[in-house]
Parts: sequence; structure tokens; C-alpha cells
Amino acid sequence: MNKKFFATPYIIWMTGFTIIPLLLILYYGLTDKTGAFTIDNIVSIATPEHAKALFLSIGLALISTLICLILAYPLAMILKSLQVNQNRFIVFLFILPMWMNFLLRTMAWQTLLENQGVINAIFRFLGLPQMKLINTSYAIIFGMVYNFLPFMILPIYNVLIKISDDIINAAKDLGANQFQVFLKIIFPLTLPGVISGITMVFIPALTTFVISNLLGGGKILLIGNVIEQEFTFSGNWHLGSGLSLVLMIFILVSMALLAKYDKNGEGTVF
Amino acid sequence: MANKLIELVNISKTYGDNVVLDDLNLYFNENKFLTLLGPSGCGKTTTLRIMGGFETPDTGSVLFQGKDIKSIPPNHRPLNTVFQKYALFTHMTVADNIAFGLKIKKKSKAYIQDKIKYALKLVNLDGFENRMPDSLSGGQQQRIAIARAIVNEPKVLLLDEPLGALDLKLRQDMQYELIRLKNELGITFVYVTHDQEEALTMSDTIVVMNQGYIQQIGSPEDIYNEPENAFVADFIGESNILSATMVEDKLVNILGVNFPCVDTGFGQNKPVDVVIRPEDIDFVAPDEGQLKGRVTSLIFKGVHYEMEVMANGFEWLVHSTDMQPVGTEVGMKVDPFDIQIMNKPTSEDEEAVKVDE
Amino acid sequence: MKKFFKYLYLVLIFIFLYAPIATLVVLSFNRSKSRVRWGGFSLRWYDQLFGSSTIMTALYNTLLIAFLSALIATIIGTMAAIGINKMKKVPKSIVMGVNNIPLLNGEIVTGISLMLCFIAFGISLGFKTVLIAHITFNIPYVILSVMPKLKQITPGTYEAALDLGATPTYAFFKVIFPELLPGILSGYLLAFTMSLDDFIITHFTRGAGINTLSTLIYSEVRRGIKPTMYALSTLLFVSVLVLLLFINRPVKPKKKKN
Repeated sequence: MNKKFFATPYIIWMTGFTIIPLLLILYYGLTDKTGAFTIDNIVSIATPEHAKALFLSIGLALISTLICLILAYPLAMILKSLQVNQNRFIVFLFILPMWMNFLLRTMAWQTLLENQGVINAIFRFLGLPQMKLINTSYAIIFGMVYNFLPFMILPIYNVLIKISDDIINAAKDLGANQFQVFLKIIFPLTLPGVISGITMVFIPALTTFVISNLLGGGKILLIGNVIEQEFTFSGNWHLGSGLSLVLMIFILVSMALLAKYDKNGEGTVF
Repeated sequence: MANKLIELVNISKTYGDNVVLDDLNLYFNENKFLTLLGPSGCGKTTTLRIMGGFETPDTGSVLFQGKDIKSIPPNHRPLNTVFQKYALFTHMTVADNIAFGLKIKKKSKAYIQDKIKYALKLVNLDGFENRMPDSLSGGQQQRIAIARAIVNEPKVLLLDEPLGALDLKLRQDMQYELIRLKNELGITFVYVTHDQEEALTMSDTIVVMNQGYIQQIGSPEDIYNEPENAFVADFIGESNILSATMVEDKLVNILGVNFPCVDTGFGQNKPVDVVIRPEDIDFVAPDEGQLKGRVTSLIFKGVHYEMEVMANGFEWLVHSTDMQPVGTEVGMKVDPFDIQIMNKPTSEDEEAVKVDE
Repeated sequence: MKKFFKYLYLVLIFIFLYAPIATLVVLSFNRSKSRVRWGGFSLRWYDQLFGSSTIMTALYNTLLIAFLSALIATIIGTMAAIGINKMKKVPKSIVMGVNNIPLLNGEIVTGISLMLCFIAFGISLGFKTVLIAHITFNIPYVILSVMPKLKQITPGTYEAALDLGATPTYAFFKVIFPELLPGILSGYLLAFTMSLDDFIITHFTRGAGINTLSTLIYSEVRRGIKPTMYALSTLLFVSVLVLLLFINRPVKPKKKKN
């Protein structure tokens, strides 16, 4: 039997549960309640309320992604320098927290970020001024960085450990100092990992509604919250689908921009 | 001395319990092709990496033209390395790979362009500037790795088993290529290999190493014809190595038979090792030889026949164009100057020299 | 000194990642219901846990969905990886592109699109739909785990098995399958973990009748989460930790003989 047909169940499944559902979003997004064609659902992104939510989402997602990158890159370098040959163990340390429910972990940050919480207690102890953290954008960024950091660390670490010492030695041999080795060799070679890391952090951060709900106290609306409300409270699926389409376009555009740097598509998380 | 280019003095290196190099001393001069030869784990690559600056020796010093460069990092050393698996920068074009070192030294654009052209011509890869390393064959990648190193005009080029990954024909072509390159550039090549043929073909000087010790330093002819101990004899080419007794000067007793030889100064009735190369044994009529035996195996090798002959309780390896079928009774003769006498290892250090039989 | 900063940084990141977990573990032993006040050590939440049928049902649903969705996704995904690997370049890149859609879309879009689909085709939301949704987002993870192993297979081994008289099926299970096994297992584990931790997609596809732990917790957020949840999470976390530590226990390297 031709092995190609092993993929048949998968192709049927993906058609039924990925492609058709997406076409349905497209259909709902471009029609109104009577079923007539309209672009109102899409254009409604321009209303101040929706535009504000979208820009806030993009802003917070960008900041979180940047923080994750800044935290994760040196960490991945340190993990590589430890030369643990048990790299499965390292991956395991970052996956492990997922076994405690994501909602509970995020809720726990409420406890830590609270005005009387642990973080402020530490600030007090160090003589630093008290900060209002909970129910602010800071708390949301905190939650995003916390939840998505492993998805930045693992892809970078995975490409980093594949760079052989010989390549680095060769660059040194040709006269490059530490900084030049990093800039000209290590960083370009880890770019695929960086790009998959950015993808894996930016998209969930852009589309989340849970983190903003739990740590923003329901006062801060992201585009995810708006869409979720259209589906669960307001019941306007057409508007919700229209906004989802806008969100998807944003994701597509940002991925297309990133794809330019990842020619070989080598970056993978696992 | 002024003409010592690189000198390694009392170099030792251990990894954990594993002694890789033990008090190694070695020097070489300008414009030489020097080969470090030995089985894997003999310390040859470590020696090279110490010169390159990728390993720091536990003790000893590395002198370059009389100056200690032990604490100078690799990027400031006046030598360049060609790595075993090429270590090309896969995200750069061939031209960018070659230009890497020159750009770091802030050479002018025109100078760099000239150098790239020159280097590619030298390794016979004109016009490959814009190719990516992944799209090249193993041999081509190797040439690029060499080009990338030599544009920096190092005084010494270190090569770590650079031909190891190539097939036989390409290896032989590259051997001639390397000799030509060395002569055109007029610099010193330090070459690491475990392949004795490669070493004999290319080198001016061969350093035979085993278990962290230098066994012998000499020209390819010296190493082949006058191995200093059983290890060298066994490692370089095929040979018959036997225990024997030096009866007196110019007379050695091998398996109960007295053979005239040319060596002197070993004392009287001293145990020694002897080496007789298989091509130095001549067949004669059964009763005219120094030894009498029976052929036990015969293999056709192209340029000669390889035979094994049982005589005086020893299986002798003989290479000859004179074919003797299995079962034939033969006589064997060895000329005095073809018997190489060697001291038995005495100290523990020299035990490392012993051949595993 | 440099080493000191390296370890300091490492420790700080791990504190950041594990601080909420430590918090929850501590809270699970808190006699008080408050999230900020310590009311003394108590095991009462653990006691109540096993009496709560809501939590136990949700736990059962969560584990069953994770187990089944990971299993089915692993079977479909592994077969798919083998099939895709044999495809020509263009169909291969199209299929791999589709495979990336659930990973790139954001869970919210996957969730609502599946919900719209179920409703449009008159499939009532419940256990079934959650299971289908989980299988859908798990398959890509399995494929991404198995694919690299497929590419690493020593070329010629399958042919060698055929040459030695094995039937294609026998050759597959004796030669190819063992080489894929690590990828399949890590794919399964990953799928299981993703399913267990999922909230968003479940939220949209579950309907009113069924709760998993995630949706149960979410519905309790406004009223305040019962500390029994902390107790349950602690138990889950500790059992996984013990299990994984056992699997990854350092094996003493055999001393090499010289």
C-alpha cells in the first residue's frame, strides 16, 4: 500500500475541523443576522471602543514578547553553557508548571501581586515604594510573560545547542572576539528559534482574554475580551466573527513579515 | 633559536583521570609540512588545539617565535585552523565565509575582494563566491574552509584531520593539492591524521604519538625504515615484530637462529625487539635460507602477493611478487640492513609504547 | 564571579516560574479560606476534596478527555507524519501549512470556529465536541514531534528488513516503529499536557452540561475559588513531578574501561 494514504484520515479531519470552521468564520464575519452580505462587522474595528482594545492588545503583546525575548535569550545561553547533556530534563523543567492548571497559576499571581501581597511585602522590606500592581496593565504583562516565557526559551535553546563548538572556535580562530562571535555567528544562527519563539509568545498574548480577565480585574478590555463577550454574552456571532477575521489578518501579516527572516523554517519548539 | 617557529615546552593536559598529554616537548621551523600521526586518543588533536588556543595546557608553555602565547586567546593568535568538519558558517555565502576574518581586521573592500578571488583561484573554485556552503560537496566545503583560513596569511595553518570525511579518490587528490598549496604559500602546515599513508605522502616531518607521548620524530623515510620501537613499527605499515636476543654487536638471535645485522651498542645477550618488513623477506630454496617454513595462506594484492609462512613457531608475513602456493616448503632470507633492532620498553612511561597484541 | 551571576539568573527565573505553584501549594494547607491570610495549617481542603462530586466529575472529564484526545491525536498524527513524509514537495508544504493553522491562529479563533462549525451542523455541544476540539488542536503537536524522528531514521534499514524476508507490515513494526517511538511518546505526552491545561478551546466548545477542571475553576473565579481546587492541583502536580522525576532519574554512567 502506498504510504501516502496514511495521511488520509488526517486530511479529512483537518478539512472538517480546521478548514470548514474557518470558512464559517469567514461566512459569519461577512454577513449580518439576515444572512445578507455586509462589511459592517469588519469595519466596526474602527469604532473607538474596538480600536482601543485592538491597539492595547497589540501594545501589551509586543511588550510581553520583547520582555520574554530579553529574559529568554540569556537564559538559553546559560543553559547551553551548563552543558547538561540531559536536555530533555531542561525541557521538562519548563513544561512541568503546565501540569498545574493555567487558570490557577495565573490566579496565584493575584495573591502575589495584591496590594498586601508578597511582591509589595518584598518592596516594603527593601524600603522601596509600594506599587499598585493588581488590576493594571502591568499585571497583565506580568501574567503574559509568566505564562508564555517557556515558549520563548525552548525554541531558542533548541537551536542554540545545535551550534557546534567548532563553528564558534572557527570564528574565534579567524579573529572574532566574544562580542563579534555573538553578533555575526551565534545570533544569526539562532534566528529561526527566535522567530518561532516570537510567534509562540506574540499570538497567544495578542488573543488572550483570560489573563486580562484574571489580572486586569475585568476593567481592561483586550480584543480577545471583546470577541469573547460577543460570543458568550451579547450573542452577536457576526460581529464576533468579523473581529476575529481582523485579528487573523493581523496575525497573518505579522507572520508574513517574520517569515522573511526564517528562510528554512528550521525553528521548532519541541 | 631564531628559526624555531613554534615550540611546545613540557606540555601536560589531563581531563579528569585521563592523562591526554604527559610532558610533551616539540618544536618546528618555518615552511615545513609537519604531521602529528597516531591512533585516536593519542593526544594529537589536543596538541593541535593547544596550539590553536582552544585548549589550555595544565602545565608548560607554547612559544611562538620565542614568545609565550599560552594566555593569548585564539582570536589574537597568528595561526589559523581548518576544522575536522569544516565548521563553515552555514548562514553566509562562500564569499562572506572567506571575508570573515578580513572584515574583522577592517581591511578595505577592494583588498577583501582581491583576496577572495585569489583564495578561490588557489583552491580551484573560481566563481563560487555567491554559493551557500550547504550546496557544496564535501571536498568543495573543505577547500572553502582552507581558503577561509589562508586569506588571513597565517604563519602556521593547523589542519585537524581535514580529509577524514572524504572518499578515497578525493582524499588522494586533496593530498597533492595540499602539498601544492603549502609550497605556493610558503607557510608551515601542521597536519593531524591517523592515516599513515597520508602522513608518509605529504609530510616533511612526522611526529608519531601514542597515549600522550611522542614515540618518534623523523622524516617519512626514517619513520618507515628505522622505527624506534615496536609501536611505531606496527603503526606505520605492516611488519613482523618479534622478541629477540642481541648476542653481540651485529648479531641477533631470532627464534633460535642467529642473524647477522648492522646494529651495534646494544650490549651482549640483551633482550630486544626486532622489526622485519614483509617486503624485505626473500624466498630462496628450502635449504638455502636462514629459516625454513611452509606457506599457510596466499592473497593476491595487485602489486604483490601477501603470504603467511609458518617457520620456527612464528607466522611470518611476506610480501613478494614471487608467488608460492599454500603448502609449499620455502626458505627465507633477510639481508642484515633490513633487520631493525629496537630496545625493549623499560620504564612505565615506555610501556605506553607497547603494542597490544 | 561570572558563574555566580549565571546561577543567580537561573535561580531567579525558576523562582519566577515556580512561585505561583509554591503559593498554591501553601494555600492548599491554609485553614482560612482567604487567599492572603494564613489561618494555620490544615488538611481540611484535602478532606473535602474527595467528597465533592462536582470536582471529582470535572477531574474525571479532564483526565478522560486528555487521555482519549491524546491517544486519538497520536494515532492520526503519527500516520499523517508517515504519509506526509512520503509526499511530493508541493502537497507536502500545503499540508504542513494547514497543520500550522491551529498553532498560529490563536486558541480563541480555533475555539469559536469549532463552535460555529458544531452548531452549524447541528452537533449538540458536550463531551463529544470537547473531545473533537482537543483532538484537533493536539494533532499538530504530535506531527511536529514525530516528523523530526522520521527524518532521522537510518536510511536503508526498512529495505534491509524487506531484503531479509520481512513483510512490509512486520518490517514497519520491527524497524521503523521503534525508531519513531521516542517521538510518538513525547508527542503523546505533549498532547496530554496541552489538553489538560487547555481552557479557551474547551470554554467555547463545551456547552452547558459538562465541566472540566479549567472551566470549573473559571466559573468559580467571580465567587472566589474554593481551596479544595488548590488541594487537587497540588496532588496532581506532585504526582506528575514524582512520575517525571522517576522517568528522568539520572542514570549513573558506566565507568569506561581503558
